[in-house]
Amino acid sequence: MNDASLAAQQVRYEQLSFWRNPAAAVFAFAFPIVFLIVFGTLNSGVTVHVNNHRVSYDDYYIPALITYGIIGASFTNLAVQMSIRRDSGVLKRIRGTPLPSWVFMTGVIGSSLIVSVLLTVFTTVFGMVVYHVQAPHHIPALIVTLAVSATVFCALGLALAAVIPNGDAAPAISNLVILPLVFISGTFFPIDQSSVLARVASYFPVRHFIAATYAAFDPASTSSSGFQGNDLLVLGAWGAAGLIVAVRRFRWEPRRT
Amino acid sequence: MAAIVVSELRKSYGALAAVDGVSFEVESGEVFGLLGPNGAGKTTTIEILEGYRRADSGRATVLGEDPQQGGRRLKERIGLVLQELAVPPLLSVRELLEMYRGYYPSPRPVGEILELVGLTEKAEARVKTLSGGQQRRIDLALGLVGDPELIFLDEPTTGFDPGARRNAWQIVRNMRGLGKTIVLTTHYMDEAQELADRICVMAKGKVVAEGSPESLRAATVARTRIRFGLPRGVSPDLLPVSAGAVDGVVTLETLTPTTVLRDLTVWATGRGLELDALEVTRPSLEDVYLELTADE
Repeated sequence: MNDASLAAQQVRYEQLSFWRNPAAAVFAFAFPIVFLIVFGTLNSGVTVHVNNHRVSYDDYYIPALITYGIIGASFTNLAVQMSIRRDSGVLKRIRGTPLPSWVFMTGVIGSSLIVSVLLTVFTTVFGMVVYHVQAPHHIPALIVTLAVSATVFCALGLALAAVIPNGDAAPAISNLVILPLVFISGTFFPIDQSSVLARVASYFPVRHFIAATYAAFDPASTSSSGFQGNDLLVLGAWGAAGLIVAVRRFRWEPRRT
Repeated sequence: MAAIVVSELRKSYGALAAVDGVSFEVESGEVFGLLGPNGAGKTTTIEILEGYRRADSGRATVLGEDPQQGGRRLKERIGLVLQELAVPPLLSVRELLEMYRGYYPSPRPVGEILELVGLTEKAEARVKTLSGGQQRRIDLALGLVGDPELIFLDEPTTGFDPGARRNAWQIVRNMRGLGKTIVLTTHYMDEAQELADRICVMAKGKVVAEGSPESLRAATVARTRIRFGLPRGVSPDLLPVSAGAVDGVVTLETLTPTTVLRDLTVWATGRGLELDALEVTRPSLEDVYLELTADE
């Protein structure tokens, strides 16, 4: 089997494992929907100010929520899952086979991308049907933005897994890292761009993921194609940094006590 | 040709010399038993050979290659049966084996492997539903599926019931029959005795004895043990040999069993006595092992 078909095989088995844990799969998909219903209801009829436009809260919130779902399926999921697999010895076992590390990681990331795509479609359709939000306006920009961002957050998740001491600590650590960024980046409500919080958020990838995704949905996007080059550049830089840490520091075995 | 050559291997964790100047060779096609109590350095040695650890000093060659440098090509020729490593729990046994087959250039058919380890009936079961012993057989299956030349078996039967152990032993013999070189670590002497062509006993990071099970037994100048029930009404000091009796059972060890036995039987038949439950045994390899690995 050549490496490309090996990678495809890995994606297939990762997907099999994912869907055979219905509790986790349902949770991954129900999560954004529950948030959507709660915040959509709280902010019913509210308009928000984004990029000098007034838009309905739901039109802002759907793209932002999609980013949150994808961060969960990529960053948090990989950081936690890899830490647990390391503790249980799954990673050490894989390391003893001829399967190249990069093919294994490609399988994990590929599976995460599939879940991200499904989450996006699911959340968007739910928003369109139930909350009558606009359909994404710039489809190519949306696809590229989501693919790039999901990969970036996978790389960051693997980098975090490299420094997480053990599986038990993984959920707490990854949430501690990501939740503050999710809040200050305006996932649940737009943040005044002149505020200190927004300034802080602008150094981190979550804010740029939201901005780029929103632009791809927004018919009045500042860029006619919906592509946000600067945001994607910042995301790419974070992804490269994550990849370097992941490649250099990744551990396949539990820490010796 | 030697499948494995280890010379003057050393590895320390902090102040502890886990492997302290170990040398041995494993010939192609043999079952090599690495024996020792917990903490003897067996697993560290094996993990250096498997490429998981880097030795501090010394040399290790596996199938002609440095395990740190061999990479994918070397791993394709080696099968690992490690301790306490999980597999993806939600896949079926067959799916797991199919997945692992993909990693090797010329794997064995899944059906054959299932047959070999006795999991044919569990092929469609999810891994997490299997018992501990069945999961251990999955470890064996995953170590074999790539049709490796060299197999590392790290304590393959720990936690097995006696029936399962016999089955596992048969599997190892089958593997040997296929011409595989097998490195087996165990702390069960009977397992090493049953399976290994050669045994290397380790204690505290060092090799304390090496040889065939027979030569190992012969090498330790071990005494023969004679045991019998003290005839009724006879006090131990009336015996023609000096020995004590515990609960009416006399046990003595001697380097000259023929003479001792003659003296005893002449004495007993002359008095018309029967030596109940008379037993003459050579020390088991277990005794040899305990002697070799005893503290101080």
